[in-house]
Amino acid sequence: MSIKMKALLKSPWVFHLCSGSCNNCDIEILDCLTPRYDIERFGMLLVGSVRHADVLLCTGVVNKLGESRVKRVYQQAPKPCVVVAVGNCAASQHIYRGSYAVGKPLDEVIPVDVYIPGCPPKPEAIILGVVKLLEKLKKG
Amino acid sequence: MSHKVTIPIGPYHSLQEEPEFYQLTVDGETVTDIDVRIGYVHRGIEKVAESKSFDKIIFLVERICGICSTSHPMASVLAMEDVSGVEVPDRAQYIRTIVCELERIHSHLLWIGLAGHFLGYNTVWMWAWKYREIVCDIFEAITGNRQNYGMMKIGGVRRDIEDEYLPGIMKGMDDVLRALDMFKGAVLDDPVLAARLKGVGILSKADALSYSALGPTSRASGVDKDVRRDDPYAAYDRVKWNVITQKDGDVFAKAVVRILESYESVSIVKQCLQKMQKGPIDSDPKELPEGEGIGHAEAPRGEVFHYVKSDGTNSPERYKVRAPTFMNFPTFKATVIGETISDATIILAAIDPCYCCTERMTVVNRKDKKTILTGEDMIKMSQDKTRRMYKRMTGKELA
Amino acid sequence: MERKDIISAIKDKFPKRIKKLFEKSTRRVYIDIDPKDLTDFVEFIFNGQDARFCTASCVDMRNGMEILYHFSFANMSLVVSLRVYLDKNNLSIDSITPIMKGAEWIEREIHELFGVDFKNHPNLIKLLLPDNWPEGLYPLRRDYKEEDYKARVKEEE
Repeated sequence: MSIKMKALLKSPWVFHLCSGSCNNCDIEILDCLTPRYDIERFGMLLVGSVRHADVLLCTGVVNKLGESRVKRVYQQAPKPCVVVAVGNCAASQHIYRGSYAVGKPLDEVIPVDVYIPGCPPKPEAIILGVVKLLEKLKKG
Repeated sequence: MSHKVTIPIGPYHSLQEEPEFYQLTVDGETVTDIDVRIGYVHRGIEKVAESKSFDKIIFLVERICGICSTSHPMASVLAMEDVSGVEVPDRAQYIRTIVCELERIHSHLLWIGLAGHFLGYNTVWMWAWKYREIVCDIFEAITGNRQNYGMMKIGGVRRDIEDEYLPGIMKGMDDVLRALDMFKGAVLDDPVLAARLKGVGILSKADALSYSALGPTSRASGVDKDVRRDDPYAAYDRVKWNVITQKDGDVFAKAVVRILESYESVSIVKQCLQKMQKGPIDSDPKELPEGEGIGHAEAPRGEVFHYVKSDGTNSPERYKVRAPTFMNFPTFKATVIGETISDATIILAAIDPCYCCTERMTVVNRKDKKTILTGEDMIKMSQDKTRRMYKRMTGKELA
Repeated sequence: MERKDIISAIKDKFPKRIKKLFEKSTRRVYIDIDPKDLTDFVEFIFNGQDARFCTASCVDMRNGMEILYHFSFANMSLVVSLRVYLDKNNLSIDSITPIMKGAEWIEREIHELFGVDFKNHPNLIKLLLPDNWPEGLYPLRRDYKEEDYKARVKEEE
């Protein structure tokens, strides 16, 4: 395991990228930070700039206007960087499939490592998803 | 010499059609112009609705906005009931009111928390969100989901509230009431908050009327309008409550309106629980005739407006949605210009444009722009200002 | 003021210019008017009767566009909708933004999604769609097809 990967797994910093979501997944992600769930005890920290991030939590369908922006945000993230698609919209475009405003699904715009389904997924599910991802990375 | 700089903020946000990319033009510290570009979360819901059947549309509009996820279905079923003229059973009306008001409490608590975060009072954020969990738990018990409740249905509601949950809801409301007392004391009596928020971002009554601002944004400017009273739906005409208004129109007044409104909501929920009689919850209409209908409901942020045109088939000919922030956003032109950059964040947040809209102020690099501030910088500037004022007024460091 | 006072005030003010007045129920009233009378009506209802502008909605009727301007009134359970019909050959109407600022965004939206031109609008620029969206392609019209969009984007590349 490279030293970079080891550092990433120790304390993954999370950047929350929402493009075309309805806010629900975003509330649940922020909810993970608040006293009841408190993911900071696992070393996860929500950061304000993508340049500090190890994990991208993506929510929402990517629309035609946002597509190039999402790509650019991913390019700005330092590598290695893992991408988590939170919610049905990010995973499968959900109810908006076929709309004129919606372009490619998220996993065709940027590479996605983990999908967390649910509309919206509960905070427990989000934490479980990220933990599963870390376990997978640890195994190589 | 005056030196103008443009500061881009955005574009990553959410909400139906209004995630935005702000460009503040500043001269020194003062904002001289603001431009908003929206459309980053435009999902074409109105067009998608034309291809869905009427009962699916309720689920579609539920996903317009996560925080107003019962106000949109409420307006939607009202519009469809306006087309068909279906009668809704009493018990269903009360359940609708309860769900709408619980949503208002959770939304206002969420806003208080975020406003605290923007000002540098992170404790307020954590406390407010802790008490919001009580409401989320009630939702999980009575609807099965923490958000996106799926309760509304043409002619009634989908689920009944079982008697065994009533004591739990009552107790939850009492807990919320205690939390509200705490926030009321913390906000209204705090000299630093008063100095920080009073007189900032004033929206005059004339501007509020001309922009047709809605909800707490307009009620803080003295515009006495509330759809729940003006065009009663659900059971709002059967319970006693007051429309809260304030005169000043600044950020402080908007905070006061939201806190006092939450008290009214708690009282409405309690009255509904007491008045609710056993009975059917659904009149189960079979089809929608040809015609057009209008439904509007008071969401936590203001009136949501739905227009439906049916041609007698099982999907609409046209479906129009207008979310409250669509009317509230343009008021930035009236409130932000002339203020300092460190106040811009809280003014933009004061209309409650779905919290993570302002949370997500990440910056996209643009070649031709000189200065770039990230959303984090903006929030930090705002927090530093509070810290300075706190020190000046109390002589102590803010924890 | 009561509901019927508002309706009769509008009737008295414009006796000849109302094409059709349809009371769907006591709470919903639709008034059909000519596009050129729009600003007079809006001026009277918004400023004279203290109404609140809810929104405007546009419907593609295949041969033309129908725009409804919805107004609500404080404390009287009433929504008045002004209906104008525009022919497909001449899709332009006076903007009501000079009367109230609240109409600016909705007119920009209708302009963008339906291609209706608003005369005297101060700032008729893009609001929702991407910057590279092809000119003259309106997604909410009935004849919009996803293939057209793809073909046009390819053409412009």
